Amino acid sequence: MIQFRDLRKAFDERTVLDGFTLDVVDGETMVIIGFSGAGKSVALKHVVGLLHPDAGDVIVDGRPVSTLDRAALTTLRRDIGYVFQFAALFDSLTVADNVALGLRRRGLADEEVDRRVAEALALVDLTGTDAQFPAELSGGMRKRVGIARAIALKPRYILYDEPTTGLDPVTSAVMDRLMVRTREHLGVTGLVVTHDMRSAYTVGDRIAMLYEGRVRQVGTVAEIQATGDPVVRQFIEGRPE
Amino acid sequence: MIERIGRRAAAAVRAAGRFGHFLGDLARAVPDVATWGRPTIVQMRRIGVDSLPVALFISAFTGIVLALQASYTFTGTVPLYIVGTVVGKTMMLELGPVLTGLALSGRVGASLAAELGTMKVTEQVDALETLAYDPHAYLVLPRVFAGTVMVPLVVALGIGTGILTGWLTSLGLLDLSTAEFVKGLKLLYRFKDTWFGLAKSASFGLIITLVGCRLGLGTRGGAEGVGRSTTRAVVYSAMLILVLDAFWAVVLL
Repeated sequence: MIQFRDLRKAFDERTVLDGFTLDVVDGETMVIIGFSGAGKSVALKHVVGLLHPDAGDVIVDGRPVSTLDRAALTTLRRDIGYVFQFAALFDSLTVADNVALGLRRRGLADEEVDRRVAEALALVDLTGTDAQFPAELSGGMRKRVGIARAIALKPRYILYDEPTTGLDPVTSAVMDRLMVRTREHLGVTGLVVTHDMRSAYTVGDRIAMLYEGRVRQVGTVAEIQATGDPVVRQFIEGRPE
Repeated sequence: MIERIGRRAAAAVRAAGRFGHFLGDLARAVPDVATWGRPTIVQMRRIGVDSLPVALFISAFTGIVLALQASYTFTGTVPLYIVGTVVGKTMMLELGPVLTGLALSGRVGASLAAELGTMKVTEQVDALETLAYDPHAYLVLPRVFAGTVMVPLVVALGIGTGILTGWLTSLGLLDLSTAEFVKGLKLLYRFKDTWFGLAKSASFGLIITLVGCRLGLGTRGGAEGVGRSTTRAVVYSAMLILVLDAFWAVVLL
């Protein structure tokens, strides 16, 4: 279970998170929506300790992330796969080596690494791209490699940072299908940050709207679709006013 | 005015604090040999072997100029075999290490800052962390170790090249025999000349890679930030090389 507890974070004078509180229960896919710059990705980075909160904390399976030392943080990160907005693949490594990097860190035998790389690439429909470099792939393929890198580790949680941003509608739908498939195959708990409502409705069990640093509303897809909150309505309908 | 000075002083203290923290992170990563061991070999080739052409080019022409300028200065006043002394001493003690160091601050320092800066702004460094790697062990230590080991080797070859071209120049253009040049080379030579230049070079390699890596990992703000880090890496490491050069002269000579 991932628990955001009264999380506060500011950069210089700008407050981004101002008492963000949210529970992500095991087995569900929680989608955090919000305007650009609302702090969705900032919240996500606190889960794996990439950012340190000014106050409050994120608690993962009872472990307060901000209090963990380096070794404990490394252990925690082994339970979490992170899919970055622009994939964050290593340019100098092939697709297979990108996916294998985290596995090698865990000291797995070469045969096991190869097997899990092949399995992960098959799950994202990228079999046969092993020897290619990230620069040779399209944006959608790069994001799928990012997912393969995360799921190869067989994590308990997967965090997706804007998985469909910058993709055409068809490729976005492919990404959505992959996220659903990943949950069905691996049973992982998902936390997705997006402002793509079609994606949110497709992959989410629950949706939380982050607004002015805190949760404005959280509920099931049906509850969000039927909301009477004017801010949430404006966002999900994409109205400028 | 006072406020501006205060702000700058506070920024300098913060920067020093961040650098101290960075060194602490590096020290903590040293026992993680499994992570930094293999990448260090790759970096030794990139930082050392790949820098040889520029280093040898600089040294070769420095040797020629040194021989000609020494001859011009000494003609009619000092025995010409002293040209060998000047070429040897100057290449070993000063020009070999410093000119190579300055050239590598551009080639290696800029390259490290740009590479790590790009990795930082494209979240590759964050990705490493989420894969349970310590970026200091995986990215920084291999480059710092490689720089500290390989720069003295590059400088040693550069010194050899400079002396070689100085000798060839003496033979071809100064009517100096090999025996006379070698006589000058041996005159006043002390073993300290050799280890002083190489130890100094190791400190230059250390500072070039430390500054390049630190500024790269501290990059913010996309392509513009990468450009800023790259420029700073060259300027800061060049300045620090000159400061270190003076420091070692005061302490060791």
